[in-house]
Amino acid sequence: MDRKDWPLFEIFIRPKNGLSHKHVGSLHAADARMALDNARDVYTRRGEGVSIWAVPAASIAASDPSEKASLFDPADDKIYRHPTFYDIPADVKNI
Amino acid sequence: MYTQGLDARAEQGAPPSPRLVTEDEARLQGRFQERVDAEEKIEPRDWMPEGYRRTLVRQISQHAHSEIVGMLPEGNWVTRAPTLRRKVALLAKVQDEGGHGLYLYSAAETLGVSRDELVGQLLSGKAKYSSIFNYPTPTWADIGAIGWLVDGAAIMNQVPLCRCSYGPYARAMVRICREESFHQRQGYELMLALAQGTPEQKRMAQDALNRWWWPSLMMFGPSDDQSAHSAQNMAWKIKRFSNDELRQRFVDATVPQAEFLGLTIPDPELRFDAGTGHYEFGAIDWTEFNEILKGNGPCNRERIEARRKAWDDGAWVREAAVAHADKRRQRALKKAG
Repeated sequence: MDRKDWPLFEIFIRPKNGLSHKHVGSLHAADARMALDNARDVYTRRGEGVSIWAVPAASIAASDPSEKASLFDPADDKIYRHPTFYDIPADVKNI
Repeated sequence: MYTQGLDARAEQGAPPSPRLVTEDEARLQGRFQERVDAEEKIEPRDWMPEGYRRTLVRQISQHAHSEIVGMLPEGNWVTRAPTLRRKVALLAKVQDEGGHGLYLYSAAETLGVSRDELVGQLLSGKAKYSSIFNYPTPTWADIGAIGWLVDGAAIMNQVPLCRCSYGPYARAMVRICREESFHQRQGYELMLALAQGTPEQKRMAQDALNRWWWPSLMMFGPSDDQSAHSAQNMAWKIKRFSNDELRQRFVDATVPQAEFLGLTIPDPELRFDAGTGHYEFGAIDWTEFNEILKGNGPCNRERIEARRKAWDDGAWVREAAVAHADKRRQRALKKAG
């Protein structure tokens, strides 16, 4: 097993126009073009998509799960960011 | 196609080295179990106990190997399928198995092992794969029996894995299960055509059922009292049901299907228990299962040799792809410079 490693690509598929690309999995390929070709065979055998993104896994910056609390908890107590925080009399319509 | 309860035996040789659990680790483990108990999914970069990671790498890679090796018994009939309709179906199915192997290798890689490492374990004979793929496929009816019974057993086993606590594995299983149901249906349809055909065709279908029935039951792995790691895997929610529970479900679902075909399950002790609502069945010959796991099944050597040959024969393709990618990169650089 002495070959040069093929880099890992993360694959994202747009199921249909109007929807965002969604992560579906990953694969190894020699380059981006081969990643797209293989992603088509691996992840769209039954009409699952109309567009593919192949992103080198090494290029993705990800947040650290251990920082989850410091990153995301502060949003929990900011209830004034949600529409239900504001009192509007029931008689007022269309708001 | 499928993962098997091989864990108990596979791990006997390698007990985890005893070491002190620090206070910090105990806290992390407690928190981990709480998340699992609350049905939260565990994702690749989350903290997880080493045993959980090890168990998953082993199970997911065995599962991936099974998909890849599983292409071989069926590939045997691609060029000899009796009609074009059967041929395209079989080709699509074999292609699916290759895809399933890839989804699973991808899931395993999120746990910090490399693809080459896993493939190397298969080719060196170190890694296990499902015992079922070490049986030969001498007749066309075997293709029907594999789809109906082997994929049927696989579905029974895999549907609960869609709720496995490890996110990437669960997501891969959702895709696989969605695709697998066509496999089972094409197999049953094929068996139906043979069972309703000439007496000779019907005999061929019965012969295939006779050969695949017991190996299919063994696919669920050793019985519960022999399966040492079951309890831990249940607690981690890697496994949802015991081997025996799933086996019973498979028998209950499959016996009426065999009756519809007009075929006989090769088990003189099989009978329906009206009290429990389940079928009782005869004892499984675990010697055969253990021999196959040890590498002494009818096709173990042939399967691994076929994989090695495919790997070696494909070496120039892998090298050429890298050379081609390098050339394109150089050209793009030159153009930009």
